[in-house]
Amino acid sequence: MLTGLKRDLASGSAEEYLECLFERIEKSKLNAFNALSKEAALEKARKFDRSPWGGLLAGIPIAIKDGISTKGIETTCSSSILRGYVPPYDAHVIERLKAEGAIIMGKTNMDEFAMGTSTETSCFGPSRNPWDVDRVPGGSSGGSAAAVAGGEAPCALGSDTGGSVRCPASFCGIVGLKPTYGLVSRYGLISYANSLEQIGPLTRSVEDSALLLEVISGHDPRDSTSAEKGQYLSGVRDEISGLRLGVPREYFGEGVDPAVEKSVWDAISVLEELGASWREVSLPHTKYALAAYYIIAMSEASSNLARFDGLRYGRRTGEDRDWHTTFSKVRSAGFGKETKRRILLGTYALSAGYYGRYYLKALQVRTLIKQDFERTLADVDLLVSPTMPFPAFRIGERIDDPLSLYMADVFTVPINLAGVPAISLPCGFAGHLPIGLQLIGRHFEEDLLLRAARSFEEATPHHLRMPEVA
Amino acid sequence: MAADNDVIVGLEVHVQLNRLKSKMFCGCSTAYHDSPPNSHTCPVCLGLPGSLPVLNRRAVESGIKVGLALNCRIEENTLFYRKNYYYPDLPKGFQISQYDFPLATKGQVLIKGEDGERKIRITRAHLEEDPGRLVHAGTIDKAKYTMVDYNRCGMPLLEVVTEPDMRSPKEARIFLDKLKSILDYLDVFDGALEGAMRVDANISLKGGDRAEVKNISSFKGVEKALSYEITRQRNMRRRGMGVIQETRHYDELRGITVSIRSKEQAHDYRYFPEPDLVPLRVADLVPAIRASLPELPDARRDRFREEYGVADDHAKSLTSEIKVADFFESVASRAPPKLAAAWIADVLKGELNYRDAGIDRFSPDDMVEILRLLSEGRISDAAAVSVIREILDHGGSPAQVVEALGLAKAGDDVVLQAVRFAVSDCVEAVSDYRKGNERALNFIVGQVMKRTKGRADPGEAHRLVVEEIERSQG
Ligand SMILES: [Zn+2]
Repeated sequence: MLTGLKRDLASGSAEEYLECLFERIEKSKLNAFNALSKEAALEKARKFDRSPWGGLLAGIPIAIKDGISTKGIETTCSSSILRGYVPPYDAHVIERLKAEGAIIMGKTNMDEFAMGTSTETSCFGPSRNPWDVDRVPGGSSGGSAAAVAGGEAPCALGSDTGGSVRCPASFCGIVGLKPTYGLVSRYGLISYANSLEQIGPLTRSVEDSALLLEVISGHDPRDSTSAEKGQYLSGVRDEISGLRLGVPREYFGEGVDPAVEKSVWDAISVLEELGASWREVSLPHTKYALAAYYIIAMSEASSNLARFDGLRYGRRTGEDRDWHTTFSKVRSAGFGKETKRRILLGTYALSAGYYGRYYLKALQVRTLIKQDFERTLADVDLLVSPTMPFPAFRIGERIDDPLSLYMADVFTVPINLAGVPAISLPCGFAGHLPIGLQLIGRHFEEDLLLRAARSFEEATPHHLRMPEVA
Repeated sequence: MAADNDVIVGLEVHVQLNRLKSKMFCGCSTAYHDSPPNSHTCPVCLGLPGSLPVLNRRAVESGIKVGLALNCRIEENTLFYRKNYYYPDLPKGFQISQYDFPLATKGQVLIKGEDGERKIRITRAHLEEDPGRLVHAGTIDKAKYTMVDYNRCGMPLLEVVTEPDMRSPKEARIFLDKLKSILDYLDVFDGALEGAMRVDANISLKGGDRAEVKNISSFKGVEKALSYEITRQRNMRRRGMGVIQETRHYDELRGITVSIRSKEQAHDYRYFPEPDLVPLRVADLVPAIRASLPELPDARRDRFREEYGVADDHAKSLTSEIKVADFFESVASRAPPKLAAAWIADVLKGELNYRDAGIDRFSPDDMVEILRLLSEGRISDAAAVSVIREILDHGGSPAQVVEALGLAKAGDDVVLQAVRFAVSDCVEAVSDYRKGNERALNFIVGQVMKRTKGRADPGEAHRLVVEEIERSQG
């Protein structure tokens, strides 16, 4: 789809296209964007129209999750503690997008500091699901998913710490990719849980996902955990006959919506028809994944978020006495409820006397989960599962019950713990609500993952359906 | 004060690796000392959201160098941790430091303690980043506001921790001098720069709780703070009160230590491995670094004694700074070594200290020339000192200075003539001397010096005057 758009923009007008998008956004009920970079984007589009440049994303507008640093554009992580913060530098992925000719449209809504599954923890209020505006778009990259699904942006970037790209992709009926840990530089991504998260594309098609990954991946000396990239576009249309699929027993059954389960099994049949074989496999440590994930993520978060003390950015409140009091006041007023909960729990988990009981234990579980995936993926090429156990829920339905909200991440967090890549793509509907299929691959085998996803997409109509949102 | 058996001192020394070109985790230059505040910063050392640290490999190499020089074991793999605490000079709300698997462990340094040789065990040496610097408007307790300068933030620091093996403030000082000398030889830091070495000192009396005096910036300060603490802790004990385990601040101006409010010391640092850095295998770096280690002060001191026959106190004085040792060897290869040792250690170093100058203010060639003039008897000792002073204060070569100030030793006949004149002139003094008043001789010698404008050698003049008086008598 982006390839077609690129052709159209080169012959037509990038400015007119952008104006349409901005008009749509300004009239929209989705609340997908926190900030628009309207003037700069239109200016750039006019330049492009006068003398078009080359590049893999020449002239393509893109929406960016508000947790990714953009030079000159306010970047808040949807937290009032960061209101007014304008980064003096671009994240690595933004540099790459610009180098390939893309135009940054603005910043999309998210759960505060990416802590959530619904965007309901955003200080700007929740984004809405284009398929049903009373429902959540998923999270934490909900604004990016809603914008792409709602036709407000042709593509977007999100970040995935425990499912934050795949969950909203699933709820909004689009494609979301979480790359292998280390494939995309995190330089400029405001950390929630460093050891788990990756920046990933949210797109309307698998090929678009491959195109964006081609652009944003690769080694960056500023991120010590970053690795070399592979080739994602060239083989994406190849066939998948002979592909061996594993269906993890633990990802089906109790707690999974029957419509979701049915769609995923239908998808497995489609893949079989395309030449793949499947067998049941087991990831025995899955039941410990959520606990381990939340301990690690909250521990890291409690440290990452310590810098928001109001000294250099964020909001100062009233008069200062001593720095203890000022820091406490700034942080009490600036962080939302869920963020505070996670900072407190993380602080607790790292405290003397508890470190061994919680953090170290969580790291041990993480190793076991990683081994689950490595062992299983030695015998099969990909794993297949639902992305989310259920379709998009109603706004307000779960927000007061954090545990039930955490449970929603049950099929996405093990992937982050293991560091393997996974993609969510549309595989059906439960009523009017999209259902996401999750494919999980081996470390750095995004090429195979994308090829299988693209074959499935080619054989099915789900990605073509559009929400009727204004 | 001799070493007291009941005094127990351990040190934590923070060494800024300021010879490195860039900071610990970013590319910012370390040469900030003469720059305006906050001019040596970037997203990484400012801790801006989204920035990530990248380890400066050279800092690791420097750390290994120091570890080896302190006879430490270097770990196979080393790991960085986050030390979490809030402070206004700490932009991330945590400091990247080391915890388990520090770079170097279990070393030792021998010092000449107050009761002979003492072994100071090194617990560990680890790398960390320096915080920023707070500039208070006024004193720390009365400041209306405080400014933060992040230039220092992210400077590579090596923390050297000792076991509580020192028995007096003096021994702490001796250890610190020795450590500084070793660091100087390794070329990892410039001790002259502000904040290059900061010391936390732990002190207790046997059986009592210990106090930690934090952030002392001079060695003299360490000695004074520890002496003050010993007195304070003894008095507490005498009054039947226990010493509280606490952190204290050394007030340099008043020469006392004061308790820091307990709110700031109740720390649980919540260490956990820094997820943005990967474990680093250092074992492979060790052989090459070990092979490249320079000769260290102790070895060089021994060699100076053996190779040049230099007295031990001279050898010690010449080897405490590597530049002085190099200077000596450059001179000693072209001049009598013992003479060179005495003149450099006793005279030149003193003159330099007096002027607060380093050895690079003086050229070895000039020293060689001065020693040549001395050995050839062309200038007196006093004249040589004048030459050194003149060169330091106004420049010029030894030959020029000798010429310009007329410092060349007068020829024998000139001196002899002056002696004859003096003896025949000072009739009264000569007669006093003959009556047994030895001191009268000084007056006559003084006259000789006056006539020769000080170019005569006083000893020589003395001998000639006695001879002349005896000759004129007979
Ligand atoms: Zn920097």
